[in-house]
Amino acid sequence: MTILAALLLIFSAAFFGPAAAKYLKKSSGWVLALVPFTVFAYLLSFIPVISGGDVVKESWVWVSYLGVNMSFYLDGFSLMFGLIVSGIGTFIMIYGGGYLAADSNLGRFYFSILLFMGAMMGVVLADNIVALFIFWELTSISSYLLIGYKYEKEDSRKSALQALLVTGSGGLALLAGLIILSMITGTMEISEMFGQSGLVAEHPWYLGALILILIGAFTKSAQFPFHFWLPGAMAAPTPVSAYLHSATMVKAGVYLLARLNPVLSGTLEWTYIVTGFGAVTMLVAAWLAIAHTDLKKVLAYTTVMALGTLTMLIGMGHEYAVKAVAVFILSHSLYKGALFMVAGTVDHEAGTRDIRFISGLRKTMPMTAAFGCIAALSMAGVAPLLGFIGKELVYEAALSSVSFPMVLIGMAVLANIAVVASSGIVAIRPFFGEYKEYNNKHVHEAPLSMWIGPGVLSVLSILFGILPFLIDTAIISKAAGAIAGTPDLVVSLKLWHGINAPLILSIITLLSGIGLYLVWNKVRESGAVQAYDRIMGQGPVKGYEGWLNGTLGLAAAQTKFFQNGYLRYYMLCIVAFFVVLVGYTMLVKTDMIIVADFSDIYFYEWTLAGVIVIAAFAAVFAGSGLVAIAALGVVGYSIALLYILFSAPDLAITQVLVETLTVILVALVLIHLPQSKVKVSMGSKVRDGILAGSLGLIVTLIMLAVLNTEFDPFMTDYFAENSYVVAYGRNIVNVILVDFRALDTFGEIVVIGVAGIGVYALIKLGKKVITKKEGTTA
Amino acid sequence: MSNIIIYPILIPILTASLALIAFKNRELQRWLSVIGSVATFIAGCVLLYVVYTEGIQVLQPGNWEAPFGISMVADLFSALMVCVTGLMAMTISIYSLGDMDKQRESFGFQPLFQILIFGVIGAFLTGDLFNLYVWFEVMLITSFVLLAIGNGKAQLDGAVKYVVINLLSSLIFLAGVGIMYGLTGTLNLAAMAQALQDTENTGLVITASMMFLVSFGIKSAVFPLFFWLPASYHTPPVTITAIFGALLTKVGVYSLVRVFTLLFTQDIGYTHTILLWISVPTMVVGVLGAASQYDVRKILSFHIVSQIGYMIMGLAFFTKIALAGVIYYILHNILAKTNLFLVAGIAQKLVGSFHLSRLGGLYKNYPLVSSLFAISAISLAGLPPLTGFWAKYTVIYAGLEVEQWVVIGFALAVGLMTMFSMTKIWMGAYWSPLPDTAPVVADKNFKPVAGAQLIALLLPTIIIAGFIVVLGIFGEPFYALLFEAADQLLDPSMYINAVLNP
Repeated sequence: MTILAALLLIFSAAFFGPAAAKYLKKSSGWVLALVPFTVFAYLLSFIPVISGGDVVKESWVWVSYLGVNMSFYLDGFSLMFGLIVSGIGTFIMIYGGGYLAADSNLGRFYFSILLFMGAMMGVVLADNIVALFIFWELTSISSYLLIGYKYEKEDSRKSALQALLVTGSGGLALLAGLIILSMITGTMEISEMFGQSGLVAEHPWYLGALILILIGAFTKSAQFPFHFWLPGAMAAPTPVSAYLHSATMVKAGVYLLARLNPVLSGTLEWTYIVTGFGAVTMLVAAWLAIAHTDLKKVLAYTTVMALGTLTMLIGMGHEYAVKAVAVFILSHSLYKGALFMVAGTVDHEAGTRDIRFISGLRKTMPMTAAFGCIAALSMAGVAPLLGFIGKELVYEAALSSVSFPMVLIGMAVLANIAVVASSGIVAIRPFFGEYKEYNNKHVHEAPLSMWIGPGVLSVLSILFGILPFLIDTAIISKAAGAIAGTPDLVVSLKLWHGINAPLILSIITLLSGIGLYLVWNKVRESGAVQAYDRIMGQGPVKGYEGWLNGTLGLAAAQTKFFQNGYLRYYMLCIVAFFVVLVGYTMLVKTDMIIVADFSDIYFYEWTLAGVIVIAAFAAVFAGSGLVAIAALGVVGYSIALLYILFSAPDLAITQVLVETLTVILVALVLIHLPQSKVKVSMGSKVRDGILAGSLGLIVTLIMLAVLNTEFDPFMTDYFAENSYVVAYGRNIVNVILVDFRALDTFGEIVVIGVAGIGVYALIKLGKKVITKKEGTTA
Repeated sequence: MSNIIIYPILIPILTASLALIAFKNRELQRWLSVIGSVATFIAGCVLLYVVYTEGIQVLQPGNWEAPFGISMVADLFSALMVCVTGLMAMTISIYSLGDMDKQRESFGFQPLFQILIFGVIGAFLTGDLFNLYVWFEVMLITSFVLLAIGNGKAQLDGAVKYVVINLLSSLIFLAGVGIMYGLTGTLNLAAMAQALQDTENTGLVITASMMFLVSFGIKSAVFPLFFWLPASYHTPPVTITAIFGALLTKVGVYSLVRVFTLLFTQDIGYTHTILLWISVPTMVVGVLGAASQYDVRKILSFHIVSQIGYMIMGLAFFTKIALAGVIYYILHNILAKTNLFLVAGIAQKLVGSFHLSRLGGLYKNYPLVSSLFAISAISLAGLPPLTGFWAKYTVIYAGLEVEQWVVIGFALAVGLMTMFSMTKIWMGAYWSPLPDTAPVVADKNFKPVAGAQLIALLLPTIIIAGFIVVLGIFGEPFYALLFEAADQLLDPSMYINAVLNP
């Protein structure tokens, strides 16, 4: 098997999802879980190679002309992510099959979630930036479909759109940023960018590329002030929230930052921006969590907090920080994935996930309660769980930060106090205390499919916490080394470090957190917390909605202005554009020396020209349509006379025929039309007059200028020579029409024919209307 | 000399003639049209293959040597356009079997459709500036008649705006042709290009080029010349809107690309900068126009304008990769936009409306139609991995390469708005529950399309969606064509030599 084959396996499984849901029914989740499980096992088989210090590369040419390859890069970091994506994915398939068992859209769920899984694997394994971007956007699309899973609810649709627009706009910035980065480094493969960080940092485009990439990463990973879309995304069914919006997709931004850390970091800009946004997100989100009573909202904000923490750590970039990143990603995925699934189970069985309405469920759903508590302990950072090790490392990293260590550790402790309280909210509230059910819905334990996932994940939290050597050299060392860009970094994880600053801070955090939990009801209902939620939680949503409505308002206004429905304005606009564009070009690009020689113009030619001018003015100022058309007739006949004077009698004949027909036909039509008196203001008359006059003047000047150039008559000569000898025709014009340029004539014959069909159809139809559908004019 | 060029022109006009002979026999006309269109598509593919393997093909009808007769020339760009036109003729003629009403067909819809194809392909293949004008006339009169024979008020109103503005374009075009003839003494594009290489009248040439910019700009519907398009495209039946949306503006863009690569490259710093200035407001105004609409056809029509902007932008960058991107963008847009119109027509026949307020429930009830829409919409929105992404990526890359940061910023923002419009349709027509005002609910006489008619409507959209997916995923051979086509455009000597020194 190759990495590409693993990806294709997942993608092709997506197309069998609907069929699986239809025919396998209850066992469909278990069967489909074999797909990610296979990939998980396949990735596990790389551990010996990767922990031995190697990296695995794989590449297929995709579009060589653009330097786009389907190439993969497997090192410690991408391996860890790949294991998370496929491992948790396995349980999500099982869980989803149970959670949505009764839902008629289960097939669509399988399709979208497997599509997402493939895309997410692609993001973490891709080496080529274009391939990475493609997978990145695919995760956005599948996330859109999954958030909008309950598509008939307006709320779901809105949240789906919000998430798509936020991550989509970030995606566009990311695309530009990645292309610029590839232009700086001269390669599209991330693995070839490693080692060019000096070049990158000194490049004048560095800051631009950095900001664009950061916008992409920050929107995806819900960093402040883009954090609002993630709580909104909770409209998705819980398996989706557990998988996309906590364990995997939202970490894509963090993944990208960590992946590009060896290329982009090492500058003040990087350190300040990334650390700053991360720290602010961490603190803001942690305290938003305690303002809510919806289990999923609480978990969503703690997820944002975790993402902020990771971003902050990546910004610091020193050895402790990268270690903390690696451990924290793993520990967070384990406990948060479990907690979301538990929250979903509670919602599924109890009919609500608002903890004001339920409590004491441990009696009826003991398994779920147990696993929920273990996971929550890990989130609270209680020893001996993996979450504890993770939090110790975060504190250690903050303490050893080069800049503002005191500020950062303060923020981290404050944020974690809220997280401890949140852990209590999600684990103690629903499961302990007096048994209370919602709407008299009797609560049962969930089926195996719905507690096996949380079970395994929370057991792993304990296992890796007590026996950290299981993962430190095998996975964490190489993952941290890959982030730092120093592959031989060695990490040894320990539960007990002796009594040191992080431990003391941990104890303070835990005690304060418990204190906060005890007074939570009062704190939550207090004006300060409510106001805080309005500003920090709802404020950005308002900002987003304002932006969206503003754009739509602008769109409506500008469209009304440009596409106003009046043909005369359209014509005016086009003529004005012609005058400005062609007139300006003529002024600046030509020297406009027109040698006018009036000496050989005879007086009768002057007279004709005068008649034409007068008739043209008469047409413009005529009071009625009939007079105007007569005046235009005069113009036409005078031009015919000019043709005769300049010895082109056949042209003159044509002109006379056309002119006669036109005048008669238009006059006939005008007689039948109602006489409409359109009032036109003097101002618009002057404006139209100036424009029309300028148009005429410009074309005349160009014509005169062209006549001043030397004409190369080689075509005329050829026609004159050959029309009798080769084409056997005495009239050159005729020969041109029917032989030299017969194709033109053929085309014109078709034109006449089509016009005939059109006239026939319109006359036959009379006043009958074929379609009278919902059309409006514009 | 190569006769292979003549078939894509000959087949549609022959089909049209036969259909006219069978004027009273509606059934026969329809099958003639489908067979003719399939043959046109095959002829287009053969032409593409021959041009790719043997180089630029030239035909001198009547055997009058260039530049004295009219040259028909097929370089890769032309051949690609002919090929995709054939594909559109084929798919849309099948679609018309399920969509077109009896009245229109008895007033010559099928022959007119074929003549439109004839005109479009003629425009792509001609190597003569005046002859191009003739093809434009063929297209204009045919499209006008197709627009007008519904006789509805909105339709006639749209048709009048369409024809008046386009006649102005023709007038400017003709004046431009006259000026170019005066300056170079020839109408043959190759000979003209050669003469312009050592012209002393650069200033006049550039001035004339601006006239072509205005004329072709009207045809391609760029800002501020696009008004005719949103005014008229939503009025006729979907079959007609689809073929217009697929091809008419693209002929304008084709012509702009042709003259601004072959003829007017004397002062790129001036001419192509103006193209760039035009492209940005075209993208923006078009996409904002789309955002303000709630009739699916109007949304799609405004998007045509917006996406023309991307094409003009690529032309303005004027690098190899940019021109490859322009061609990709044109081809992609033809596929995606046409399919969106066709699917909108299917939705209308299932639910009864084009208006988002009266549409709904499609995702729930019609998964296949939903997938077809989703594929086309994702592509149009420029999301990977379909054609729209590659087209957008290629021009964006080209723009960053020439350091046009601001322009690319606009292009990316417009991409976001495009995505927004597509989700608007998706959410309004597909995700939302079926509203009570939908004709399928409210109108007892409304019967959703089904059976053979539905198959005739679905088959072409499946074919086009297939192209969108396959071209998106297997890009390598396609890019080989595009880059060679771009090479030919950037080095006019290939074109000139093929015509003048066969």
